[in-house]
Amino acid sequence: MSAPGTSHEADEVLLGFARALRAAGVPVTPDRSRGFLEAVALVGIDDRRATYAAGRATLCSGPDDLERYDAVFAAWFGARDGLPRPRPPQPVTPVATDLPETDGDGTGGPGEDAEVVRARASEVEVLRHRDVATLSPAERQRLTALFSSLRPRVPFRRTPRHRPWHRGDVDASRTLRASLRRMGEPAEIARRRRGRKPRRVVLLVDVSGSMSGYADALLRLAHRFTQAAPASVETFTLGTRLTHVTRALRLRDPERALVAAGRTVPDWSGGTRLGETLRSFLDRWGQRGTARGAVVVVFSDGWERGDTTELTAQVARLHRVAHRVVWVNPHRGKAGYEPVQRGILAVLPHVDDFVAGHSLATYAELVEVVARA
Amino acid sequence: MEGELHTAADVAARLAATGYLCDDDLATVAFLALRMERPLLLEGEPGTGKTALAEALAESLGLPLVRLQCYEGIDASQALYDWDFPRQILHLRALEAAGGADVEEAEKSLYDERFLLARPVLAALQQAPAVLLVDEVDRADDEFEAFLLEVLATYQVTIPELGTVRAATPPYVVLTSNRTRELHDALKRRCLYHWIDHPDLEREVQIVRSRAPEVSAALAAQVVGVVQRLRDGGELVKPPGVAETLDWARALHHLGTVELDLATAARTLGALVKYREDADRVRGALERMLA
Repeated sequence: MSAPGTSHEADEVLLGFARALRAAGVPVTPDRSRGFLEAVALVGIDDRRATYAAGRATLCSGPDDLERYDAVFAAWFGARDGLPRPRPPQPVTPVATDLPETDGDGTGGPGEDAEVVRARASEVEVLRHRDVATLSPAERQRLTALFSSLRPRVPFRRTPRHRPWHRGDVDASRTLRASLRRMGEPAEIARRRRGRKPRRVVLLVDVSGSMSGYADALLRLAHRFTQAAPASVETFTLGTRLTHVTRALRLRDPERALVAAGRTVPDWSGGTRLGETLRSFLDRWGQRGTARGAVVVVFSDGWERGDTTELTAQVARLHRVAHRVVWVNPHRGKAGYEPVQRGILAVLPHVDDFVAGHSLATYAELVEVVARA
Repeated sequence: MEGELHTAADVAARLAATGYLCDDDLATVAFLALRMERPLLLEGEPGTGKTALAEALAESLGLPLVRLQCYEGIDASQALYDWDFPRQILHLRALEAAGGADVEEAEKSLYDERFLLARPVLAALQQAPAVLLVDEVDRADDEFEAFLLEVLATYQVTIPELGTVRAATPPYVVLTSNRTRELHDALKRRCLYHWIDHPDLEREVQIVRSRAPEVSAALAAQVVGVVQRLRDGGELVKPPGVAETLDWARALHHLGTVELDLATAARTLGALVKYREDADRVRGALERMLA
């Protein structure tokens, strides 16, 4: 029997574990670690299973943390026997990507040195219409400054709750309250109307290989949206797996936000199973409420290898849950584009708006589409 | 009461006595929540017994359960307290009729405790020790979360006209969430967190047997076997929870089923799955399983 949790050495082991957990990406704060020590002292450190449960309850704050917790716990406390069965890892089928970096002829050639004639006066205007995937690093830098010119707004919806108003239905409780103030004398009749609240906006950004040229710009756009209405915008990235990046994008400074988002997303420029990831979004978030009555904006070229029945089914499901589905395809705005990719053909019937998304000008249009939704 | 609860096993045994069967992890977390006097935040798929745990906890401790169902737009007057305006006005009228009451006195008598409508949070503080269940907290707004945080931190409520109500012993608080949105970190930090998974085959059979004792052992095993396979299949829009398993077992029992057969199973599917797409898939799967 080792002393329960209170001995110096045991504390060191436990705090070391909390630190390892933080290194693995679970947001462990000092007060959480303290709660962990307290909980382990109660259940006794010699009971490995109870220690496991105590740590899970005090250090984790969501299902995403549990998987990492299981892995770190197994590594830190060694011997695997006696451990409760770890959660089976998410069935992620890695998809090899042999997609071309840019889309070949469609984009006008891979771009660092692409020649563009620029009139001096309208340099900014030209940049606004350039395909962001073909920009040189210098141009890209100038464009990021222009992102602050985007002013996203979220649409409004009516709420079941009422607000005081100068005309409309009679507000009984406010009328009574007023008459109470006059010692029971009937007072002026108060009126009310339905309140207004910002509608939720959900941004789903495809970060797979075929979209790699746009990922940076799209996340900047998502950052602008998040900053405009931090409480009502949610952002996820779609790749081989689904990642929730809202929290990173809430950082005010765009550069820091993008770095934080980059650290959160494990699967930049990997392959994609669009249908599968959409499904996991709907299962874990969307159907429960995140997408319910929301404006859902999907940024994707619809590149789906193989069968598209799953993709069709999931987009149809999304359309039933959401208020409006906006599909943004970077290739749409390009000259001679026809929606021939099977993925795009499959989703078009279930999409309310199908818009372009390859340049700053198209992002400004998208902002309007969302604000009017 | 609490004196008898020395280990997680005690808690599990107490809960089992009320018909709520939980695994070791959940028992440990519940034990810690009771001992550390911290709110317990339960997340998990719908129908995995989050709300039922609070009910079982209250029953096993012999404490009243106060339930606060959250919804969009809920505010302090629905969670804390409200004044009973019509009664206050009647009271005023009565005072007037009785003639010439002193204005100060009249006003003071208006804000008396008897005109106070205690809503769940205040009720839980007044009745403490009690179990306060804050159900589906993810449906409420951010502002309400902040308000809840304040109450959970101090276990006291200030009513300007009356003074501060403080709980003699803090109530045991259970919060449940379906994860329709991420709760604020500040709230999560104050709570013990537990993710409730679907139970495994053996435990689910036990649950069906204890919750629906009228269902025969053979039928229970068959029903749970089918449900578990459907869940593992991962094809359903909404995999059935334990609540649906129980509903289905009871439905089959009411039809006098002793052994699961395809025809009855197909007819009672409405108790198990609630989506048309799912119903089609389950029908197909049943044919394979029961063939």
